[in-house]
Amino acid sequence: MEWLLFVPLAMLALATAALVILLRNPIYCALALVGTFFALSGLYLLLQAEFVAVVQVIIYAGAIMVLFLFVIMLLDVGHEPPPWLRQDRPRLLLGLGLVVLLVLELAVAIGSWIAPGIRGPYTSDYVNAVGNTQLIGRLLFTEFLIPFEITSIILLIAIVGAMVLARRQ
Amino acid sequence: MPEPAFFVVMLVKIAVVFGLMLLSVAYLTWLERKVISDFQVRLGPMRVGPHGLLQPIADGIKLMFKEDIIPQAADRTIYVLAPTLALIPAFISFAVIPFGDRVRLFGQSIDMVISDVNIGLLYLFGVASLGVYGIVLGGWASNNKYALLGGLRSAAQMISYELSMGLSVVGVLMLSESLSLVRIVGAQSQTWFILLQPIGFLIFLICAIAETNRAPFDLPEAETELVAGFHVEYSSMKFAMYFMAEYANMITVAALATTLFLGGWRGPFLPPVVWFLAKLYLVIFLFIWIRATLPRFRYDQLMRFGWKVLLPLALANIVITAAFVALR
Repeated sequence: MEWLLFVPLAMLALATAALVILLRNPIYCALALVGTFFALSGLYLLLQAEFVAVVQVIIYAGAIMVLFLFVIMLLDVGHEPPPWLRQDRPRLLLGLGLVVLLVLELAVAIGSWIAPGIRGPYTSDYVNAVGNTQLIGRLLFTEFLIPFEITSIILLIAIVGAMVLARRQ
Repeated sequence: MPEPAFFVVMLVKIAVVFGLMLLSVAYLTWLERKVISDFQVRLGPMRVGPHGLLQPIADGIKLMFKEDIIPQAADRTIYVLAPTLALIPAFISFAVIPFGDRVRLFGQSIDMVISDVNIGLLYLFGVASLGVYGIVLGGWASNNKYALLGGLRSAAQMISYELSMGLSVVGVLMLSESLSLVRIVGAQSQTWFILLQPIGFLIFLICAIAETNRAPFDLPEAETELVAGFHVEYSSMKFAMYFMAEYANMITVAALATTLFLGGWRGPFLPPVVWFLAKLYLVIFLFIWIRATLPRFRYDQLMRFGWKVLLPLALANIVITAAFVALR
């Protein structure tokens, strides 16, 4: 039964992700990326990670992409020719090399011991019993407290940096 | 409950809620015009039907038969898509709001909510945060300076006030210990949260008005400076869809205020659904009242108020509530 939802969602995620780099109008690219976020959110729901699924929509689709659109509209970014029409051999080769590397990494990760092998204490039964949101909250304030606090300091530094850059004139 | 019965009940609930929502949207336009004309000592719509009661239907028919104009320089795809993007979030957000107690019907117990998901409140915020796309994209696709300015203002405004709105309900979450709206209503069986969270309620109400782009926060469509803002180029049903989305959003935030702070469907003597609708319309009346009373903010005032007043106030409210909950 899960396949009935997983396959369309995965296809949607792949298709919209491809559109992000294939479309020529930056606004359309941004909208395609919103579509990708939705497909990913659906995949999180299938994994019973409701909290992550909704936060994905609120933060990425609802806030970050709106600001992206804001900037694209203000700057009025022109229609650029698609990358494969630009005569730029070195970059093309670099890109192809990176793609080969990524595919190899994925093949290693998915094909062998990593993906199916590791099983932690957080099985779906356990998560359902405690509650997805409650579990994330508890872990953030116990096991992952220090990384969590460090993240907040990094964000604070970014905010201060943005203020300094914006006020310099 | 057996599966087929479950689907039938679900479909009936969706149909009833959707139908009532559409009807309310239509008649809210009538209510708003009537209430505002009362404030301004005039009669308002009187010609179509007794006291203008058929006016929304006449307006609907008129809008449907108007010529649909698409500007030549517009981005056609997004121009056509944008009103739908505004309308869909406005209508699907009602799915998690409980409008009554559990009732027994034909030997089945039926919840008076379309879907009681355990992240109900987050779902609502997620859906609400998408409403801005319809406005921003409509403003951009029209290829019109006024429309673009309206769209950009709306994006900045909605993101700023969404933040305070989200923080203002954290106090409620701490008191009810759940994100499910059914449970939040359940937690208010003793006292309504407006008594325990008066500041939270005030911040929520202000942000709700800003989120629905209503006066005094109607900068995205400020008539006197931007003509009509983001929907200046829209006509016919596409314009009507923006209009419907605005009123549907108004109903949703009013329902949310009712559920989070005013005890939801709880109340003595009368049936729960009646209580729910009464509180809902009380909040909506408050919105109309505010629109008739207050002048529009200036853009810098709006931003300063959101970031320098509402946000710190919401954070202080969270700290105080947390201390209260910890010491209890």
